[in-house]
Amino acid sequence: MTAPLTELADVVRSKNSGPYELTIDIIFTGQDQYELVKQRRAISRELVAELYRVPVDDVGEPIFYDPAKAVKINLRRPLVSGNVGERDVYGAQQHGPLLTLRLPTP
Amino acid sequence: MDEIRVLSATAILGYGFPDASFEAGLARGPHLIAADAGSCDPGPYYLGAGASFTDRTAVTRDLERMIRAGQRLGIPVVIGSAGGAGAAPHLAWLRGIVDEIAAGQGLRLRAAVIPADIDRETVLQALRDGRISALPHGPQLTAEDIHASTHLVAQMGTAPFVAALRDGADIVLAGRAYDPAVFAALPLLHGFDEGLALHMSKILECAAIAAVPGSGSDCMLGTLRRDHFVLEPLNPVRRCTPTSVAAHTLYEKSDPYHLPGPGGYLDLSDCVFTSEDERGVRVSGSRHIAQPFAVKLEGARLRGYRTVSVAGARDPYFIREIDTVIQGVRDRVADNFPDIPPDSYELLVRVYGADGCMGPLEPSPRPAGHEVGIVIEAVADSQDLADTLCGFARSTMLHFGYPGRLSTAGNLAFPYSPSDFHAGEVYEWSVHHLMATDDPAALFPITFVDYPGDPS
Repeated sequence: MTAPLTELADVVRSKNSGPYELTIDIIFTGQDQYELVKQRRAISRELVAELYRVPVDDVGEPIFYDPAKAVKINLRRPLVSGNVGERDVYGAQQHGPLLTLRLPTP
Repeated sequence: MDEIRVLSATAILGYGFPDASFEAGLARGPHLIAADAGSCDPGPYYLGAGASFTDRTAVTRDLERMIRAGQRLGIPVVIGSAGGAGAAPHLAWLRGIVDEIAAGQGLRLRAAVIPADIDRETVLQALRDGRISALPHGPQLTAEDIHASTHLVAQMGTAPFVAALRDGADIVLAGRAYDPAVFAALPLLHGFDEGLALHMSKILECAAIAAVPGSGSDCMLGTLRRDHFVLEPLNPVRRCTPTSVAAHTLYEKSDPYHLPGPGGYLDLSDCVFTSEDERGVRVSGSRHIAQPFAVKLEGARLRGYRTVSVAGARDPYFIREIDTVIQGVRDRVADNFPDIPPDSYELLVRVYGADGCMGPLEPSPRPAGHEVGIVIEAVADSQDLADTLCGFARSTMLHFGYPGRLSTAGNLAFPYSPSDFHAGEVYEWSVHHLMATDDPAALFPITFVDYPGDPS
């Protein structure tokens, strides 16, 4: 069984982590769901690279954070924050592609 | 001293806070009122130009209440990263506001002023000595980057704040500072655990954002004891939960277990978050791991001048042909001004409704709706040249002929007259690097100012 991420998470957000990196947080609603994703590594850097169509080297290894039932993913910014051509100085609207994700459910 | 209570007024000085929350915090008998005023999130402009990203009236409003409360309770008020970016003009700007408040209210105050500007030669010498390192995904620093920067600042750690409070400052006004430092300094002066003090401060730095519902413009109280700390919002509509506080540890950081700062990092691998009372959360297990001292340097350089034009389009045939139109406009601009070298300017056209927010990362870059927003932008070495390029691109796009056009009167809907805006100076980050240093205190000399000052 799978379900859309939007039904499994309370928070899906992106933000700058300094001017060179974006950091994306997914905070799951249920402990079981979080454990399953963590155990199966259902969110991987390869998967994120594919969703964003960027090289795998531009994506960090997902960090699983138990106290918040959360997964953190770091991405190289396509442009340094504020450079000419910038589209999102705070990096707050770069989580969209993850919202299309479906994940296995317990 | 068994516990120390720290009142965080607001996430950024000037973001405001409800008086009722602030009074509720004061009723708890805090030992310190603090606010971090800074961030590099709003981008390089503010550091580069020496301008504040918070409004003067809003900052005066917050600071006036904080200073008055500090006087009433006889406790210090600490502000870090003055004016947001924390360089000399920002610190002078904040100092001017304090001068005005002190004079207006006839206050007797001892202020500590701590600039964060780093001398260009100091940074160049550090570069030559191999003491500068890049951040993940960031470029190596060059001497040219250092020379091009209009202001260079370093993030001070807790030490200058501790020294200022030890020497009796009623108010501390600091340039660029590590965000938690303004909250952690007093606890450290009283010998509290550095890991707990810094972790509590890291959460207080965002005021009530770690509560549910979260807010950057509402107060939060932190109570630090010897082996744990408790966080609680002061507005009865909010509460902290173990998840809301733990989740905040993720916020804007690349690794929730290891949070780097000047002089070491926070290791939060063994943290435990539990509910305390109805609205508080107790945190224990935070550790500080000392490392050789390094400060984060920040600098921005002038890139050019910007002119912007905003328009919309509703015609479905225009929207279908938008890529053709944009390329056609770019070609016409280049053709019309053969004497302007193409590498001396940037002409950008953003299509909102297509890939306006994400650009190359957008998985669905084609316009899908019945209308699109269009932003034309020119960046050049002078405002005049940016005006010329933006204005010509705008008029060309307005009347551009494309296959299948029915709307021969014009392609764009302009919401404004004039349609083009001078956005002024454009800056880019030139420095965001770490500098190893043996003597962090020497980088941040403290000056004391007594109010009322000598009449001049």
